[in-house]
Amino acid sequence: MNDIIELDARRLLCPMPVIRLQDCLAKQVSGARVRVTCTDPGTMSDIPTWCRINGHRVLENIQQHDEYIFLVQKATDGD
Amino acid sequence: MTRKAVALISGGLDSLLAARLIQQQGIQVEGINFFTGFCVEGHTHAIRKHDRNREKRNNALWVAEQLGIKLHIVDIVEEYKDVVINPKHGYGANLNPCLDCKIFMVRKAHEWIKQHDFDFIITGEVIGQRPKSQRKRYLPVVAAESGADDLLLRPLCARNLPPSRPESEGWVAREQLKDFSGRSRKPQIALAAEFGFEDYAQPAGGCCFLTDKSYSVKLQDLWDNRGTREYEIDDIMLLKVGRHIRPSSDFKLIIAREEGENNFLHGYRRQFQTIKTVSHAGPLALVEGARLNPQQLELACAITARYSKGRDADSVELLFSDRDQETRTIQVKPLAADEIRPDWVIV
Repeated sequence: MNDIIELDARRLLCPMPVIRLQDCLAKQVSGARVRVTCTDPGTMSDIPTWCRINGHRVLENIQQHDEYIFLVQKATDGD
Repeated sequence: MTRKAVALISGGLDSLLAARLIQQQGIQVEGINFFTGFCVEGHTHAIRKHDRNREKRNNALWVAEQLGIKLHIVDIVEEYKDVVINPKHGYGANLNPCLDCKIFMVRKAHEWIKQHDFDFIITGEVIGQRPKSQRKRYLPVVAAESGADDLLLRPLCARNLPPSRPESEGWVAREQLKDFSGRSRKPQIALAAEFGFEDYAQPAGGCCFLTDKSYSVKLQDLWDNRGTREYEIDDIMLLKVGRHIRPSSDFKLIIAREEGENNFLHGYRRQFQTIKTVSHAGPLALVEGARLNPQQLELACAITARYSKGRDADSVELLFSDRDQETRTIQVKPLAADEIRPDWVIV
């Protein structure tokens, strides 16, 4: 449960990074954490919004050079 | 028992209103949005540097948040190719297969509700709103050919249509649905005000590149020169970027127009032959086609140099690279403006 799943969404344009994250989280158990690395600045808005409307939590949101990195925790049951 | 509906969410006003009308009747609504690869949303803003400061908002996500619903984004790039390449009902003004597209999306939504145990489908269609796919005589075609039949409800114009199953079964009250028709947006704008929606996306040339004339010309050129009506996702992304110049049937140049496009095309340097001006500030160009012979390479460099800061110089130095392996420098005199033949430029 403490492991973080790494997801590379670099060079993908929105909404593909969101779709990759969505499909990755669908395979995980509640509470699992995924770190997704993106290069499309649109993800700064899209990933937090998608997480918010689907009940997932953005634990970290870092901009590093031209990369946007999000640590996301899958919604727990009932969220 | 709470009934459940999935709403096709494009990000525009109509699907927002349609979903809200159904939510108001106590139906649990979730959204579905399809990514075809031709979506206008986001891409050009992400690529072009001068657009980078614009607000970046995925309108489908924004709509879902306004409605307080989940949104499922579905990648249909591969399956959608058949819709674009072989549209049973033909194209619109450009290479837009709007009627086949609507049928396909409703069919995918119908598959989705069966898998997820939902009861019916909502769209924001309005009779006569769009020139082909929303003509009155085509709305039954969408319902029938998608397989959704009477499980497809169009809340904004339902009272102009025979009752759907959600209405006839009493899941929703028909009298609370709308009877909109025609191209006027006034009823939708009034309803948006009634619901308190502001800042919604305004239609501006549609949300699909296939409705764009210039884009369709580039796609047709790609098919004509390959001798096959096929494409990959990178092909359709690259058609959104740069100047496209085809000096011969053997090769095409995709020349960046600004720094953001330069950076984007740079990501393709291992897949293409590339040309970059080095003695002057200038664009990166991708060469699509067979390996260039010496005469073709000189012409390609002279064209690329034309779009650099050295366009008026006697000589410009460029770096040619073959898929990031072999590289060499080349000196050329840039073509003059009138030497770029109009029929080379794909627009």
